[in-house]
Amino acid sequence: MTDTLQEHADPTLHKGEPLVEMIDVGKAYGAIRALKGINMVVNAGEVTCVLGDNGAGKSTLIKIISGLHPHNEGTVKVDGEEVHFSSPRDSLNHGIATVYQDLAVVSLMEVWRNFFLGSEMTGSKLPLSGMKINDMKRIADEELRKMGIVVKDIDQPIGTLSGGQRQCVAIARAVYFGARVLILDEPTAALGVKQSGVVLKYTAAARDAGLGVVFITHNPHHAFLVGNHFIILKLGQAVLDKKRSEVTLDELTRQMAGGDELTELAHELESGARG
Amino acid sequence: MSTPVKTAPPTPAEASNRVQVSWTTRLLGRPEIGALVAAIVIFIFFLIVAPAFRTPASFFTVLYQASTIGIVAVAVGMLMIGGEFDLSAGVLVTSAGLLNGMLCYQLGLNLWVGVIISLAFCLGVGFTNGYLVMRTGIPSFLITLGTFFVLQGANLGVTKLVTGSVSSPNISQMDGYTTLNFIFAHEFKIGPVSLSITVIWWLLFVFLSAWILQRTKIGNWIFAVGGNAASARAVGVPVTRAKIGLFMTVSFLCWFTGMHYLYRFNTLQAGNGVGNEFLYIIAAVVGGTLLTGGYGNAWGVAIGAFIFGMTSLCIVYAGWDPNWFKAFLGVMLLLAVMVNLYVKRLSTLRKVG
Repeated sequence: MTDTLQEHADPTLHKGEPLVEMIDVGKAYGAIRALKGINMVVNAGEVTCVLGDNGAGKSTLIKIISGLHPHNEGTVKVDGEEVHFSSPRDSLNHGIATVYQDLAVVSLMEVWRNFFLGSEMTGSKLPLSGMKINDMKRIADEELRKMGIVVKDIDQPIGTLSGGQRQCVAIARAVYFGARVLILDEPTAALGVKQSGVVLKYTAAARDAGLGVVFITHNPHHAFLVGNHFIILKLGQAVLDKKRSEVTLDELTRQMAGGDELTELAHELESGARG
Repeated sequence: MSTPVKTAPPTPAEASNRVQVSWTTRLLGRPEIGALVAAIVIFIFFLIVAPAFRTPASFFTVLYQASTIGIVAVAVGMLMIGGEFDLSAGVLVTSAGLLNGMLCYQLGLNLWVGVIISLAFCLGVGFTNGYLVMRTGIPSFLITLGTFFVLQGANLGVTKLVTGSVSSPNISQMDGYTTLNFIFAHEFKIGPVSLSITVIWWLLFVFLSAWILQRTKIGNWIFAVGGNAASARAVGVPVTRAKIGLFMTVSFLCWFTGMHYLYRFNTLQAGNGVGNEFLYIIAAVVGGTLLTGGYGNAWGVAIGAFIFGMTSLCIVYAGWDPNWFKAFLGVMLLLAVMVNLYVKRLSTLRKVG
């Protein structure tokens, strides 16, 4: 299952080396401040988990790293160099690939077309030159087999695969095309237990192959299974920023569930019940 | 990042559990199958009820009629696969011809100059449509509806202003006419029948479009921007360029058809072309293109245009009142949309094997 990763992961990656650094990054949409003072480091061979409730600023954070919206405060560095992404292509060229929860694939298109979308193999540089369709089908099929996904027919629309398989295809595609940093946006949110397991295993495999992974989720249990570093966002700011050794699952769960607010709520409900 | 990493030699294959999908399933999964069946049924039907249709000459007339709609429909089909509409296509055909005719006549220019200027104008209109749609995020239905009205008004207004009537001057005596007439409107005599050069152009454009859609990366991008633009953008497909390119392709083939009308009839009525935009869309939809984008192919659109050409003429051959044609077109469209919906459901839910 990890063959793809072992073969295609960049051999120059060294575990623990910082790939992406965010220093005091913030983002405002007009008068609305979506993100403020975020410090985050994505190291090679580590999974950085970003947790938070809806509206906490998780998506804004991804959009900055993946080049959809540029940040307007602080600095973002990739491999030690300051960058300011203007498009997703820009961020892809730096080896940062984002796999979105709901828009990872184009469901009406065939599996192999999806696998190669945006990085098609063509005979020549001419715009109308034919794609190497047979090679593309063969490679897509092989790569998916290595991950334990056996599609019955590589020509079937990808919409006919299960949600977990679609996520895995998207991740495999990113790795195959040389991603060094993977951003996974709620990859397990819409999946069942078994399918989440498949995605988590693959996430761990990507980590072990030396990639830097940003895992965005609101499920602390999933995060704790694979994470090396945890950041919890609330209202656009980091309320927790700890290494795995400094934090327990209980603490993560408590913080995610509302932390101190939850304790207050418990008191209120308790007194309400008595009264 | 953009260069794929080298692959290892193919792993020794485990017993392949690739399912051999039966050819019937494959066939039913193709977008144009509904249109093909419809075309055959209609063809046989008219062979029976319209004796005049049984001659080669009328078959070639049908092909000509189909090509006048089919050429623009090729591009409209691609645009719709890319998830957008163009309602200005019908009148832009007329604008292209009028501009060429009047400009050259008034200024005494060689017709070739007008052809080039007209081409630039059309590509400009296509670019404007695409740019406005992508820049403002307003649905292309509305943007091109606006362009449609602007062009329709301008066609009549400018023609009235320049010539004092609603038709463009006759250009058949001007420099460059002979060659241009040959390129855009020649009739080949094959024995007793005549074949219009537009049929050849039409087939050429259909082949080109089929090649682009199925076998090039641009085709891959067209399906992707129509199927899920956000997803396509996220993996690095240049969505804006792709869509603007599609609008410009439509306007290019509008220009081409406009040139055909101008060099075939030598003079154009300024009010022509209104309503044809829907014929292009109908040809595409009857041919299996999804209205919402992301699905369809060039052959289907060609068959859609052929059905249009066949019915519009065969109703006359059969000796019926041609006024019924539109009613027939409406029924075809409804049936096609229903078949499409069914096919889409099949292809997204189909469990292979």
